[in-house]
Amino acid sequence: MKKLFAGLTLAAMVMGGAGLAQDKPPFAMEIKARQGIMAYRALNLGRLGAMAKGEAEYNAEAAQAAADALAASAQLDESLLWPEGSDHSANPATTADAKLWDIETDYDGKHTEFVNAALAMQQAAGQGLDQLKAAMGPLGASCGSCHKATRIPN
Amino acid sequence: MALKRRIIWLAAGLGGLAMAAWILLAPQPLSQDAMAGLTGDPVRGEQVFWAAGCAGCHADFDAKGDEKLILRGGQRFASPFGTFVAPNISPHPQAGIGSWSALDLANAMKRGVSPEGEHYYPAFPYASYARADLQDIADLHAFLMTLPPDPTPSQPHEVGFPFNIRAALGGWKLLFLTDDWVVTGDLTEQEARGRYLVEALGHCGECHTPRNALGGMQLNLWLAGAPSPDGKGRIPNITPGALDWSQADIVEYLTSGFTPDYDSAGGHMALVVQNTAHLPESDRAAIAAYLKRVPPVAERP
Repeated sequence: MKKLFAGLTLAAMVMGGAGLAQDKPPFAMEIKARQGIMAYRALNLGRLGAMAKGEAEYNAEAAQAAADALAASAQLDESLLWPEGSDHSANPATTADAKLWDIETDYDGKHTEFVNAALAMQQAAGQGLDQLKAAMGPLGASCGSCHKATRIPN
Repeated sequence: MALKRRIIWLAAGLGGLAMAAWILLAPQPLSQDAMAGLTGDPVRGEQVFWAAGCAGCHADFDAKGDEKLILRGGQRFASPFGTFVAPNISPHPQAGIGSWSALDLANAMKRGVSPEGEHYYPAFPYASYARADLQDIADLHAFLMTLPPDPTPSQPHEVGFPFNIRAALGGWKLLFLTDDWVVTGDLTEQEARGRYLVEALGHCGECHTPRNALGGMQLNLWLAGAPSPDGKGRIPNITPGALDWSQADIVEYLTSGFTPDYDSAGGHMALVVQNTAHLPESDRAAIAAYLKRVPPVAERP
């Protein structure tokens, strides 16, 4: 009897624990980390974009700092960020489409395109406003090409 | 005797109804001389091409640069009514629309009618193109005929009963096909240009306006956002009730794809930006000016 009681209590605790675990939406940490990194990139890109558009005065040092930060964020190890299944259908907090994991989408290729564009910006940003502006086009295109293929509207 | 007469009347009545339905539901092409006297200019036609966003659906999803000009179709569009497959509209004489006259293109775009007299599904946005100028269609036709022909055959739509009864589309058109402007009133020349780009060629309302159960746009909620037709996510409200960007912000977004926060356009909107980026800046500014004149609808109606 005692054993049965203990067993039931244990089972209830396990089930309760499972219930708690289910209260937390799946992949919450990964999604938060992804969105944080994206926001960090956007912040630095915004610094560069404001100079490119003439909304802020060109400053080689500030441009270099932003481009360095962007290049560093582009080269972060993302191996824990994108577990398969961590798309919008699993957790609506993300706008990642399940297509991100399709072979044909070539996420890795698109990511490499972004890393290369960010490295090119790192080379260009401190050299002058014209160089910065020229590097902006491919960088924006690399954001767009991945978002086009892997994002749902929100 | 009385019964017999009643049956005759009933049969005549039914026949009349069927006749009326046949007339009402039949495709309504433009008059044969609708394009008479119009000469297409392929250079102007290229601007119409980018404004109308043809490549967004008819070129490959991944097309870049000149690949955008290979309009071989094949992109798939899931919807509550079935999956539509964009056809080949390259100027290939058999696989594409190489044999089409400018009038054929005008009937397709403004009336949703094929050269064979069949109704098109409104996944092809003729409910917006209905407002297009005939001269623009003549120019677009001239431009399309300069593009590379591609032999890829068009794939059939995957649409089940009852939506596969094309005659019913005649009823859909009766209910929802109009060439009236949605936003009326005193518009500046720039706002009027923006209205033409948004309501006619750009067909923005096709995704940004919610639809009723029959798939007609709810014009009282014009551009107020809608569930994505493929069921994934939500297409945003771009009326002043929700979109607080400046006109310069909108122009930048339609040029580079960057939002004011340096997020970048995703999904099908990234394809739209690849089209609007080809427009003259004055046209993007006109779109921005018009969007500020749209009746505001509060977020998530």
